[in-house]
Amino acid sequence: MAWLDTVLQGVLLGGLYALFATGLSLIFGVMRLVNLAHGDFSILAAFLAVVLVQALELNPLVALVLVVPIMGAVGWTLQRLVLNRLLGRGILPAVLVTFGLSIVIQNGLLETFSADSRRLNPGGIETASIPLGGGLAVGAFPLLTFAVAVLLLVGLQLVIGRSAIGRAFRAASDDGATAALMGIDRDRLYGLAMALSLAVVAIAGIVLGIRTTFTFSSGPDRLLFAFEAVIIGGLGSLWGTLVGGVILGVAQTVGARLSPGWGILTGHLVFLAVLLLRPSGLFAKSRRVD
Amino acid sequence: MTLLSVRDLSAFYGDFQALFGVSLDVAEGETVAVIGANGAGKTTFLRALAGALRVSRDAVAFAGRSVGGRPAHALVDLGIVLVPEGRKIFPSLSVRENLQIGAYRRRAGPWTLERVYRLFPVLGERRDQPGTNLSGGEQQMLAIGRGLMANPRLLLVDEISLGLAPVVVKHLYGALGGVHREGTTLLVVEQDVSQVLAVAQRVYCLRKGAVALEGVPARLTRAQISAAYFGA
Repeated sequence: MAWLDTVLQGVLLGGLYALFATGLSLIFGVMRLVNLAHGDFSILAAFLAVVLVQALELNPLVALVLVVPIMGAVGWTLQRLVLNRLLGRGILPAVLVTFGLSIVIQNGLLETFSADSRRLNPGGIETASIPLGGGLAVGAFPLLTFAVAVLLLVGLQLVIGRSAIGRAFRAASDDGATAALMGIDRDRLYGLAMALSLAVVAIAGIVLGIRTTFTFSSGPDRLLFAFEAVIIGGLGSLWGTLVGGVILGVAQTVGARLSPGWGILTGHLVFLAVLLLRPSGLFAKSRRVD
Repeated sequence: MTLLSVRDLSAFYGDFQALFGVSLDVAEGETVAVIGANGAGKTTFLRALAGALRVSRDAVAFAGRSVGGRPAHALVDLGIVLVPEGRKIFPSLSVRENLQIGAYRRRAGPWTLERVYRLFPVLGERRDQPGTNLSGGEQQMLAIGRGLMANPRLLLVDEISLGLAPVVVKHLYGALGGVHREGTTLLVVEQDVSQVLAVAQRVYCLRKGAVALEGVPARLTRAQISAAYFGA
């Protein structure tokens, strides 16, 4: 029963990792851009929530309503003013610029908020648990997180699969130059993709801040887990991202149960195993690109 | 009425100059062919008109307005639509979705999914399959259909005969004739001279990035065309 409990916690943790990974996967899929500041943006969102919680005496879950659109606007602006200029010149310029952004964000947060660790307090839900019988229980908040992750992925899958804007995302992902010739304004489309990406990672950042403490330098770890989830699941597949997050989460909780220090390491080892055995991930869409 | 007027158009790929002062006119409702050997600059010319290359503002006038240098999506809004060389079907999209991408700017006009399916019934039959599952000729139909879905006023068609059997090419040109009869102006680039001269009212021959010959197909001799095509 204890093992079942461990696996269950891991699955729910995977929901959080999927939240971190979704935006990363989306922008890589649409414009082949690797955003090394992705994790730092989630921490920026968490600090933004800290400020709003203090200034307006909000519950952090209510602060989401403000933080998500703000981060969306940050993503839109960043893409249109900076990142769009780097596309079409290979992968390196964007990697360098987002790496620089990552350092700028971390140091900006250090200057503004000091190195103290913070936490967001939603007032009780973070410690509530739901008994499942047989001595098994799940935390209400991890369950909520998982549900939000699944709902977001379903929603995003619907948008990408059915809507005109989703078709444009897929067309631009296949062949950006031809998509532009068909009338798709790529600057706008990419702005929209980055806005979506940062809006989703803002949710992830606030959820993280409720689950655990964070500091100005918590971003890069989050980026690493997000990358691992994306790569385990396979690039370009949103469901793969959820499964990747779950596999990573379960590996970490099972590892930690074997020995408290092994959690993160086991996650990395499973990631490496997948990379060795199925380098394109478990659910990668095989695409013909010519 | 002149719909498209190109004056002294030059275009570059980096430091390499591909077009040297090309001038050309297309009247509303006309079908004009641009022929020339490989590397003569035909595809570059169409890509420049469609907004894929940087050109000077006054080099291109459309319906009386200078439109050179505008981005591709702004030109699609005006009704300048390209059927690109090599078809460029989106592999992750179904046949229907490929057509719908053509209608992305939602320009008003007569073309709908149903009308494209009537023009090319095979596209309707295979609408839910991935676009790249179609044969070469069917993919070319899809590329033309995708262009029509944008409701073009001027359709730029690049080398539809590429890699296709003569009977398929004939069918495609037949369909283009239908599009022309509905009032759409066509500018067709082609290496395969015989097919395109049968449908075009006027022809330009490009050689080394410049116009080498211009005229009405019926009044040009084979020798004239051959001299312009290959160089005397």
